[in-house]
Amino acid sequence: MFYREAGQFKTNYAADLAVFPIMQDRIGLAIILFVAAVIIPWFGSSFLIQAVMIPFLIFSLAAIGLNLLTGYTGLLSLGTGAFMGVGAYACYKLTSYFPSVNILIWIVASGFFSAAVGVLFGLPSLRIKGFYLAVATLAAQFFLSWCFIRLPWFYNYNASGAIEVPTRTLFGIPITGATAADTTRYFVVLGFVVVMTWVASNLVHGRIGRTWMAVRDMDLAADLIGIRLLQTKLLAFATSSFYCGVAGALLVFLWYGGAEPAVFDVNLSFFILFMVIIGGLGSLTGSFFGAALIFIMPIALRYFPPKLGIPVHPATVEHIQYMIIGALIVLFLIAEPAGLARLWQVGKQKLRVWPFPY
Amino acid sequence: MRATGGSEAAVGDVLLSVENVSLSFGGVKAVSDVSFDIRKGEIRAIIGPNGAGKTSMLNVINGFYHPQQGRITFKGETRAKMRPHEAAYGGIARTFQNVALFRGMTALDNIMAGRTLKMRSSFFWQLFRYGPAMREEVEHRHRVEEIIDFLKIQEIRRVPVGRLPYGLQKRVELGRALAMEPELLLLDEPMAGMNLEEKEDMSRFVLDVNDQYGTTIALIEHDMGVVMDLSDRVVVLDHGIKIADGTPDEVKRNQAVIDAYLGVAH
Amino acid sequence: MDILYKVFVDPFVQMGTAPDLLVQTLWEGLVAGVLYSLIALGFVLIFKASGVFNFAQGIMVVFAALTLVGFHEHGVPAFLALALTIAVMFGLAFAVERLILRPLVNQPDIILFMATFGLTYFLIGFGELIFGGETKVMIADQLLLPRGAIDIKMAGGFVSLQKIDIAAAIIASLMVATLAIFFQRTRIGRALRAVADSHRAALSVGISLEQIWVIVWFAAGLVALTTGIMWGARSDVSFALEVIALKALPVLILGGLTSIPGAIVGGLIIGVGEKLGEFYWGPLMGSGIESWFAYVIALIFLLFRPQGLFGERIIERI
Repeated sequence: MFYREAGQFKTNYAADLAVFPIMQDRIGLAIILFVAAVIIPWFGSSFLIQAVMIPFLIFSLAAIGLNLLTGYTGLLSLGTGAFMGVGAYACYKLTSYFPSVNILIWIVASGFFSAAVGVLFGLPSLRIKGFYLAVATLAAQFFLSWCFIRLPWFYNYNASGAIEVPTRTLFGIPITGATAADTTRYFVVLGFVVVMTWVASNLVHGRIGRTWMAVRDMDLAADLIGIRLLQTKLLAFATSSFYCGVAGALLVFLWYGGAEPAVFDVNLSFFILFMVIIGGLGSLTGSFFGAALIFIMPIALRYFPPKLGIPVHPATVEHIQYMIIGALIVLFLIAEPAGLARLWQVGKQKLRVWPFPY
Repeated sequence: MRATGGSEAAVGDVLLSVENVSLSFGGVKAVSDVSFDIRKGEIRAIIGPNGAGKTSMLNVINGFYHPQQGRITFKGETRAKMRPHEAAYGGIARTFQNVALFRGMTALDNIMAGRTLKMRSSFFWQLFRYGPAMREEVEHRHRVEEIIDFLKIQEIRRVPVGRLPYGLQKRVELGRALAMEPELLLLDEPMAGMNLEEKEDMSRFVLDVNDQYGTTIALIEHDMGVVMDLSDRVVVLDHGIKIADGTPDEVKRNQAVIDAYLGVAH
Repeated sequence: MDILYKVFVDPFVQMGTAPDLLVQTLWEGLVAGVLYSLIALGFVLIFKASGVFNFAQGIMVVFAALTLVGFHEHGVPAFLALALTIAVMFGLAFAVERLILRPLVNQPDIILFMATFGLTYFLIGFGELIFGGETKVMIADQLLLPRGAIDIKMAGGFVSLQKIDIAAAIIASLMVATLAIFFQRTRIGRALRAVADSHRAALSVGISLEQIWVIVWFAAGLVALTTGIMWGARSDVSFALEVIALKALPVLILGGLTSIPGAIVGGLIIGVGEKLGEFYWGPLMGSGIESWFAYVIALIFLLFRPQGLFGERIIERI
């Protein structure tokens, strides 16, 4: 009854092409943005912001990046962790060499570095696909992980092998480093995620998104209708790696405050992939759902049982977490391969005809 | 004899010709020394029993397969093999035997995908979905809507094509090919799996495309009635060899053709 | 100029001046290669028969080894523990077929591949929960596997061959031979090959896909168990093995996903290549290059011969 598009007519194609043509969707989006930008920073606890919201947003961004490559273009990548690492270390080196330049600029620049590396490791996609391409991305993952550990240049020859984030400011307010307040960092991350999600949405709803999906669905036919396969695939790698690179830089600079190279290992690649699978391949909102489930579930697992009086050993939590995630992956692939995003759409469909059953 | 309701498209010079084309896979010779031409504005049927090499021939024209021997001349340019994007940008479009639509996308998006080679706006504007990118999107949407009207598939615009019945899928695929504004349209068994009504509709579309847009059409088809009604000229393949080439009437009376279809050993 | 010398000349000089070290390195490479081959073999079995790329093969190796050691720790005598573990692997095969393969039977390969990711993580969590995360010692002695080494005087020095490695090579060869005979000569083997070719055609001649899949996953489980025992006997059993099992992927690329001889040859090439690379070129680049060296070899191979040495070329039709 409430979620109806009856009466909402579009009188020109431009209006019809809008990403959220239904008024109720636009209102919903506005509410979400309001909650994110106002309610949460104002009322949210420090724990909520630091341990939940900031990383959730960052992982969502990485998931969007991987989704562009795997969900929209159909190129399975197991190198996400490494690409995030490239972004993080690029940002670190850039700000080490040029500390006076605004860190936000370096975060964006590190995305470009990551994009370049992504294109390099994406070149094999001209000749190989599917599972074989996934193995090639694993090559990237292992090689880059090794670089981060073994090439001391990356961590400025620090004895511990880890990097620590220096303090950087924006308009005089510290946004990275030990003195940066969590609300400040939250706003920076939120800004990045909102803008980059908007850009990703623009891309996938337009010509680029169509060429990506065409390559995913039937690349031979795409070739025959004039879509340049190599350019399309490399663009997907570049864009995806850009997003992952920025997410990696945000991860280190605006959340962890430092990093050990082990952070960007193959497990991270798998985790982001799981977010994309569960959230929904080929759906931007799905990336957020998936990140929420995969990231917030372990926190919930650690947080709630003690509240209910059930003692839980922290190591056990991790084991159970792995089991649940593994089981969820299989479950979603069986029951709803299009992930939470499809469930959400089905839910909206039910809402359309509510209170009628169909 | 071709039955038309309206004006006949003027048939002109040779648009595409294949000369001495041979194609093999491993040890299997799919096409042996085949030559024929297609004239601008005509409807050319390629017929023959199963396994005659008809689809392989289309694939060669398209650039999907590269022949071991022979030449392809298209719009005056001769080459030993075609490349897929050369064919596409040169104005060759096609449909496939097993509908090759993009199943994850809606009918509208599939047809819009066909416009890709005409869309030029830079990546920069695509990032913002504004300015030139948006204007281009709207402009091409107009063209695509014309095609949608032409094919009468307005209601299914937003349906993911995987969910459409077979006949409608074939129509969407035709729409995607038309979106490329081709000079030469290759149709691989466009009527396959259709009932009589659907065949009549599709025949009408084929004729209209040829009449209204002047598009040259080469089609593979098994239904003899359709072939005789629609085509200007016919080329007959059997076991990879050309056995006849001429108007439908001539071909109908050709003994070699009759033998091939009746399965007389030779 | 100096760097060119270091990369292209010096390592070979080193090889020449100490041939016994070279032989030792080659031997170690072959041994590692045998174990990689065994893991790859498990992959090939499953892929041949069900078209599924079982990413969980590595964790199955760990799981099998841990189960065996776990039984023994609870007082079960070695060979009984072995029998029980085999039963457990059968149960696992059955569960996987029922819960994962059957519901996903018509889905594209990439979906099944991703499902095995889920299986992997599930087994990691489950294994750690039941067995604990500490490193365990394989019950090599109790299983009557040899200890110690044979020292051979050759090539101007000494080459030390661990007896367990020799045993591993022999057992692996036996396993391969058995599997080869099984595939070629028996009725079930034929059915397996039929299923690998076309599920639908196999169904139409009355082959039960479900039975075949259980058999094949069980066979892969046995291979995993053997690998786990062998590997655990050389270096202890822990979840770190799982990552080593990822090495099987480059082996498969090299050898071809559908070929048993390919898995062997690929494994040996990767094993030897890796060890040589690490020993002679490693010092140039910093240690630990074996984490990616195999992948880079595979990647180069992929670009020139995507189907691997023995694999089948896939022709796409439209």
